Amino acid sequence: MPKDTSIKKILLIGSGPIVIGQGCEFDYSGVQACKALKEEGYKVVLVNSNPATIMTDPEFADRTYIEPVTPEIVEKIIERENPDALLPTLGGQTGLNTAMDLVRKGVLDKYNVKLIGANAEAIEKGEDRLAFKEAMIKIGMDLPQSGVARSMSDALTIEEEIAEKTGKRFPLIIRPAYTLGGSGGGIAYNSEEFETIVNRGLDMSPVTEVLVEESLLGWKEFEMEVMRDRKDNCVVICSIENLDPMGVHTGDSITVAPAQTLTDKEYQIMRDASFAVIREIGVETGGSNIQFSMCPKTGRMIVIEMNPRVSRSSALASKATGFPIAKIAAKLAVGYTLDELPNDITRETPACFEPTIDYCVVKTPRFTFEKFPSADPTLTTQMKSVGEAMSIGRTFKEAMQKALRSLETGRFGLGADGKDIPKSNAEELLSKIAVPNAERIFYLREAFKNGMTVDELFGMTGIDPWFLRQLQQICEAEEKIASNENDLTIRKAKKLGFSDRQIAHLKGETELQIREKRKNEGVIPTYRLVDTCAAEFEAFTPYYYSTYGDENETRETNKKQVMILGGGPNRIGQGIEFDYCCVHAAFALKELGFETIMVNSNPETVSTDYDTSDKLYFEPLTFEDVLNIFEAEKPWGTIVQFGGQTPLNLAADLESNGVAVIGTSPKNIELAEDRKYFSALLDELGLKQADAGTATSEEEAIEIAQKIGYPVLVRPSFVLGGRAMVIVYNDQELSSYMRSAVEASPERPILVDRFLEDATEIDVDVISDGEISVVGAIMEHIEQAGIHSGDSACVIPPFSISDKIKEEISTASKALAKKLQVKGLMNIQFAVKNEELFVIEVNPRASRTVPFASKTIGVPLAKLAAKVMVGEKLTDLGFTKEITPDHHAVKEAVFPFVKFPGTDIVLGPEMKATGEVMGIDSDLGMAYAKSQMAASCPLPLGGNIFISLKDRDKDKAKEIIKDYHELGFKLFSTEGTAKAIKDEGIPVTKLFKLAEQRRPNVLDMIKNGEIDFVINTTSGDRNPRADEVTIRSSAIANGIPVMTSLSAAKASSMAIRSLKTMDLKVKTLQEFHIG
Amino acid sequence: MKAILALEDGRHFVGEAFGATGEQSGEICFNTSMTGYQEILTDPSYRGQIVTMTYPLIGNYGVNDIDTESNCPHVKGFVIEELCEEPSNWRSESSLQSYLKNNNIIGIQGIDTRSLTKHLRERGAMKALLTTENISPEEACSRATKSDGVVGMDFVQEVTTEKPYRWDPDNTLSREWVLANPTTKPEEKNGKDYYKSLTEIKYQIVAYDFGIKKNILRCLRREGFSVDVVNARTSAEDVLSMNPDGVFLSNGPGDPEALGDIHAEIKSLLGKIPVFGICLGHQVLAHAIGGKTYKLKFGHRGGNQPVKDLRTNAVAITSQNHGFAVDADSLPASAEVTHLNLNDGTVEGLRSNDHPTFSVQYHPEASPGPNDAKYFFSEFAKLIGDSK
Repeated sequence: MPKDTSIKKILLIGSGPIVIGQGCEFDYSGVQACKALKEEGYKVVLVNSNPATIMTDPEFADRTYIEPVTPEIVEKIIERENPDALLPTLGGQTGLNTAMDLVRKGVLDKYNVKLIGANAEAIEKGEDRLAFKEAMIKIGMDLPQSGVARSMSDALTIEEEIAEKTGKRFPLIIRPAYTLGGSGGGIAYNSEEFETIVNRGLDMSPVTEVLVEESLLGWKEFEMEVMRDRKDNCVVICSIENLDPMGVHTGDSITVAPAQTLTDKEYQIMRDASFAVIREIGVETGGSNIQFSMCPKTGRMIVIEMNPRVSRSSALASKATGFPIAKIAAKLAVGYTLDELPNDITRETPACFEPTIDYCVVKTPRFTFEKFPSADPTLTTQMKSVGEAMSIGRTFKEAMQKALRSLETGRFGLGADGKDIPKSNAEELLSKIAVPNAERIFYLREAFKNGMTVDELFGMTGIDPWFLRQLQQICEAEEKIASNENDLTIRKAKKLGFSDRQIAHLKGETELQIREKRKNEGVIPTYRLVDTCAAEFEAFTPYYYSTYGDENETRETNKKQVMILGGGPNRIGQGIEFDYCCVHAAFALKELGFETIMVNSNPETVSTDYDTSDKLYFEPLTFEDVLNIFEAEKPWGTIVQFGGQTPLNLAADLESNGVAVIGTSPKNIELAEDRKYFSALLDELGLKQADAGTATSEEEAIEIAQKIGYPVLVRPSFVLGGRAMVIVYNDQELSSYMRSAVEASPERPILVDRFLEDATEIDVDVISDGEISVVGAIMEHIEQAGIHSGDSACVIPPFSISDKIKEEISTASKALAKKLQVKGLMNIQFAVKNEELFVIEVNPRASRTVPFASKTIGVPLAKLAAKVMVGEKLTDLGFTKEITPDHHAVKEAVFPFVKFPGTDIVLGPEMKATGEVMGIDSDLGMAYAKSQMAASCPLPLGGNIFISLKDRDKDKAKEIIKDYHELGFKLFSTEGTAKAIKDEGIPVTKLFKLAEQRRPNVLDMIKNGEIDFVINTTSGDRNPRADEVTIRSSAIANGIPVMTSLSAAKASSMAIRSLKTMDLKVKTLQEFHIG
Repeated sequence: MKAILALEDGRHFVGEAFGATGEQSGEICFNTSMTGYQEILTDPSYRGQIVTMTYPLIGNYGVNDIDTESNCPHVKGFVIEELCEEPSNWRSESSLQSYLKNNNIIGIQGIDTRSLTKHLRERGAMKALLTTENISPEEACSRATKSDGVVGMDFVQEVTTEKPYRWDPDNTLSREWVLANPTTKPEEKNGKDYYKSLTEIKYQIVAYDFGIKKNILRCLRREGFSVDVVNARTSAEDVLSMNPDGVFLSNGPGDPEALGDIHAEIKSLLGKIPVFGICLGHQVLAHAIGGKTYKLKFGHRGGNQPVKDLRTNAVAITSQNHGFAVDADSLPASAEVTHLNLNDGTVEGLRSNDHPTFSVQYHPEASPGPNDAKYFFSEFAKLIGDSK
């Protein structure tokens, strides 16, 4: 069927900020969709609030709206653009929910916009628990016993019914309807837990609905990625089997493709069921993800859920097979059928087939519990991981070990790398095995080493014996390597996925010695193609993975090659922004005629799309793996400054092994981290910094702190995202920190800085070609210095600092770039206090703010930087002058607190944000208002505001409080703050403090929905008062915006004023940058 | 124990033996299915062949009594990357290595099956030798060269039934195996297994056994056919004397051209009775109506081959296993090509415009592979019904 020519303009909804459960996989799918639709001649209108996405680069859509992804805003865009169709299935749950809201509000009917890909009825059926269950019964599927509850009493009745039918009361699973990544759900093992989780689920579900169901804990879990076209051709792109059985969210599970333990009969039954599901739900075209569980003893098979859209798993399936699901889904949505589309990889065969693979793929989740010490690290049905790594090997054992080293958690395989967890006592070991947690796989190794059997561990974990036996075989091989058994040659060890580091550790040699030895024996990796067809046909797309086989499939080239090292799995502090830069480098260098080689291990990203670079190596970013690629490809240059800390950590070792790093030299990047050198450099340039010192012991740290005066900011050197960075106010706090921090980074000293309280923080991105330097953007933070820059809202252009300071910033930035011989990008953080400029830190590499700055000023800084690195000059590239835009852009951080109930939301020097949004407008207040809306914390236009301030803030807050009063808010407060407000002659209602144990207190009001806004500045101690934490976290749980700094409160009042006095207008990025 | 896989063109692979020991030669081919090794091993169409699996991890779910396509494995040898010695599946009854050992089939593991597959893709299917004997690779290659190939070989006589028999007269073998499902409660339970009930018998047919897969028989019975299975060299006269409602031509091994006498018998059935052929049956039918077959470079073996039905334009993902194909240009005007392979445009289905006769090159009975094309069995029933 040819494409639909009645449609000319298509609206695509992006997924907004990166949050747990919705990562950059939707940028990957969105970019593919944009490209596919433009290729077909459609006008593409895009809305996405996330500036760090490639899809929001102005060249990917015809009209790009960086605006909040909310039904109200999208309606304005529809009104303005009049699209013919809306494609809702590529923007994750956010895109789908927004589209459904528009359907329900009648907006699509009103503007005559048709939904393509999936219709409203299908989405409803797939997403609504009850409708889904009915549909499954209709097609004869087995189901867990369950019921939908809209109240606690419903839930209790259902609990009894299930107990009657299954003969078992607990555990029971509670799933709220319409929440991201299963937010608010959980497993209840007793009636008390049951009530708690049901309450939370009802609260968090936008439709106040939870599903209570028979627990399938311990059952095997599978996923099928299915596509369907309008002629009803259906294909399975990939099957996935979870190593972690039911009970752990699939996003938090180690997963394996293809399914390993199903016979063909069982697999075909699952395949047929998948098609029956997609047909019954009525997804007309595109991809869907269907999850199954299977009882390991009886084979009973149950459909758990289906997503009538592309998903995290479909991104994984695309990377695992080479089949571009999102691209094909977009083409199917506009009318093509699968047989009309070619398979890009083989070119000659059609996309209407099922990929068959001749390797094994393992995905491992990446967690950041260290950022949220009070969060429960048990893995449950609510997703907690922030990223993932994927690896490919010819065997499961090889892929599993590669996946573990791809995670970049300091491990080099399944243990045996010198970093093994200290031997646990028997009891602890058993609990670490029985209760799912992020390190369970390493505890399984320990269990095997302690002589536990596959059967025992199967009984405790429900992990299929097949996987357990594979892990056990790795452990057995480890013993053999260690004891130098003859039959376990280096080649065999490599085939089992052992890294040089592991082998070196086991044999008591160094990594380089092992490398040398194996190379002498000719044991070098062979690179194999991901070709969708198990070598049945010739493949044209150079998408590689390493293994130790007989033949190498790499191809010689005459062109100059540049290797770009990516950022690995997403984590807090290193996310999509760095991938954005890597992708830009690939595009820019392609423009210049280079051949680019991308190395990365993150399946969610655009960088690992086989279309992005000329060659893609899906490999762990370790010294060994990268150097192997270097030796196979011999690239002319290698870029390490775009992928965040990951490639930088490898740079020195790579360089000393012959890798030519282009751009700013790694030595200079490192020098900028060297305190002594850096202080001298600042002195030389006449720049100031806060008094500081370097300590290698607790005593030394205290001595320094006493000398420069508290509060001080302490942190280990060489970390990204402010890991383990805190502000301490006295000796005692410092001592306790020193004891834990030294562990955080053993070889590096601890930095102690005077903390500039209440200073304004400035971020600057500069680009330099070695001759001239140009400031990309000066960004003023809303939050005061001391809050991690990644967590702070920031504004372009700066709004409060003087022209003199701006000039100083510009001059200082250029001087620093020159001194550090920057070729490429550099990020500098300044603090301004009392018209004095301090340099906080300098990072001569691409920073998190590059995409935001680029989109604000309309100049692709990362692209220019890549070109500069290969020798182009800024003058020739036409970027010689700083741009100060007429509009205002606000970047706001987005946090995962809602996933970690009870965690304090107060910000500090340690980064906690998972993502960011951008608000852009000609009015600063409106830009800020948009950023809050986009971050899912829309500011209220009036109502009740609860204010609680620390003593030091009470004076400074007067103006702000007055502002809120004037804006029509009704003020509520507890004793101290209430008195301060009353003293200003402003009416305020005094509430009881939580500690007073008298009601009603603010918590009651929050829970009753009587509070619309909270301003709560922290008391500032390292250990905040428990009642403050409770107030803040329950406000977050109830979706009430909370401002924890006066500056943010002030910005909010300005924004509320703008919202009340002017119309919210939407405008495309293309319009902003017309000139 | 060491084993050598040697190819007639001089390439060899050294691996580790599993299953039986000894020496076997045959044509080497690759199969791209990721599941279904047990069905593949027991498919009589693989008679005379050494099969390599492109998926590297084999043996994961063991072997059971239900997933068989004939009474014993037919492959000459089995070539894989990594054997799973301790299978894990609730239905598993034994391991792959002991199954092969008990059936005297040589397996080799630890070889780079992707390199082998690429080699076969580029050079085409060829003669090969699998040996655990202590000989040099060169010697092994030379023995491979000297061995018989498949071109012109009649393997059918080795696998066809000697005596005619009625398939599943007690209705115990054909019921469709299904998963336990307390929500919908499948009709019949036998031990730990559940089955769908069979329909009533509507028609009586005769099936030529060229190496018939059990699942074809099961599918025919499920469709309401009572099947009398006869030897491949049964005369048309004898078949017609059984007074069947239709004739089925089964799958089977080897070169269709080598079965000239059979072509003649089938030819004399045409027009007298509805005929349906699968795989080798399809090729034999093509010869019977005056067409020709040719050898494909490396064949179609796997479960992901897209086939377009030219009448409906619908695409089915199909299970295939054939090394020969029907030459479209050789077909008489009275025959119509009904199905095409979307990967390489080869003929996948035929229909006669003169007679109630049709055939497909691939395997609607699946096993292993997708069930997308199961509809052919009901089409056969319809054809019989219409021609009455």
